[in-house]
Amino acid sequence: MISDILVIIHDYWLLLLIGQYPNGPLGGLANTLILSALSIALAFPISIVLALARLSKWPILRWPVTVLVYVTRGVPLLMLILWSYFLVPLLTGANVPSFITMLTTLVVYQGAFLSEVVRAGIVALGNGQMDAGRALGHSYLGTMRYIILPQALYNMIPSILSTFVSTIKDTTLGYVINVPDLTFAASQVNNQLLTQPFQVFLILALVYYAICWSLTYVAHRLERRITRRRAGLGVRLAAVIAPAKIVSEQS
Amino acid sequence: MTGFDLSAILTNPDYVAMLLHGIEMTLVIAIGSWLLAMTLAILLLAIRFSPGRFGDWFVAAYVSYHRNVPTLVQLMLWYFGIFTLMPDWLTYWLAGHNAEAIFAVIGLGLCQAAYFSEDLRSGLRSVGPGQMEAARALGHGYLSAMRFVLIPQGVRNALPPLINHSVSLFKNSSLGVVIGASELTHAVKEIENLSFQTFEIYLVGTVLYLFFSLIIMAGGAYVTMRADPAWRARA
Repeated sequence: MISDILVIIHDYWLLLLIGQYPNGPLGGLANTLILSALSIALAFPISIVLALARLSKWPILRWPVTVLVYVTRGVPLLMLILWSYFLVPLLTGANVPSFITMLTTLVVYQGAFLSEVVRAGIVALGNGQMDAGRALGHSYLGTMRYIILPQALYNMIPSILSTFVSTIKDTTLGYVINVPDLTFAASQVNNQLLTQPFQVFLILALVYYAICWSLTYVAHRLERRITRRRAGLGVRLAAVIAPAKIVSEQS
Repeated sequence: MTGFDLSAILTNPDYVAMLLHGIEMTLVIAIGSWLLAMTLAILLLAIRFSPGRFGDWFVAAYVSYHRNVPTLVQLMLWYFGIFTLMPDWLTYWLAGHNAEAIFAVIGLGLCQAAYFSEDLRSGLRSVGPGQMEAARALGHGYLSAMRFVLIPQGVRNALPPLINHSVSLFKNSSLGVVIGASELTHAVKEIENLSFQTFEIYLVGTVLYLFFSLIIMAGGAYVTMRADPAWRARA
């Protein structure tokens, strides 16, 4: 069994890594990672806009985003992929590669999910920051830009990293529309070998495990560090604030 | 595309029958794997709370594998991989008993058990050691303290993530289509192939999924409210 696995890796490692790249589209693990990274990079700014819209006091901004978030939370990603596969070529009028279709879906899906993360990060900061910013003469957007978001986004780094991990896992669904990613490459290998499906899919599972486990590990480490730093900052802040409070009570 | 016409799908008895069968299969897969996942999660939790390092190590490995490997890959490993390694008599039996749905239930159930057990564990951990000490001081035994003091509070803390993960489990039942289970997504694609009314049938499928997800979310919100001590004190 183990020797079978080693033979498969030896024979097909290049296909699993980059697909048929020089002779065809880039695929395999490289494409999985590029697709995930691009999705997050594009979804991130969108998610900030969505979060701000959802926190807005104007219903006209708040409602559509709330609906979008509930739809993405309630409808399977697979269904959304089928929608993009149908709508994206229809709307753009072009023959769109499946990579772009998958990218569009993931940007919308993860954008909505990340917007909840961003919103939670902003809400967790409390009203005091906004009140203080406004009191110092910042506008609403200015306070967001210079005071709220820098703190909220810093606290969110671990959550963003775990969203990246779920994006990597979600790219596997591209399989249904033939996105040439790692899963696609593995099923190609399986189709060539025919006799060792368990070994091939075990390799596939192990590769995903290695990547996602290491990223999750990094996220945990970062989370611990950020929590400690925030706690340290809290103590120092409390020390600064405490005397001021006494002074104000005396006056 | 010839205009938007939902009635052509909803009045065709064949399509309605396919949709109903798809819904039934989706519910069977979702409920079956939920029950499997919850049973396994409680088992994993029991192993984790019992003495001995080997059990801890096993549960940690189980959770780590199922959370870091994509659910689709787990399903593929079960259906394309492990299925073929099974003894002949079992393969024949499964093939005659809707193997696709059975493997969807097994794959999704085993995967979600990891999430459920972590939800329950962090719920229990957030109760705090003081509760156990107080219960023991009042004369409860370990199990009795667990039963009457720790678990009610722990489960209450675990409810929000448990509900979220139940919704994900329901959504993940759509992955069954990749291994050929004839659930709702499968029915949607079949009807699309037959009717060419892509927009209409996708809309029907989306609304159906959304409907069940919202029911789970609303039911979860109701259970969470019922479990809240403030609500119970008022009632």
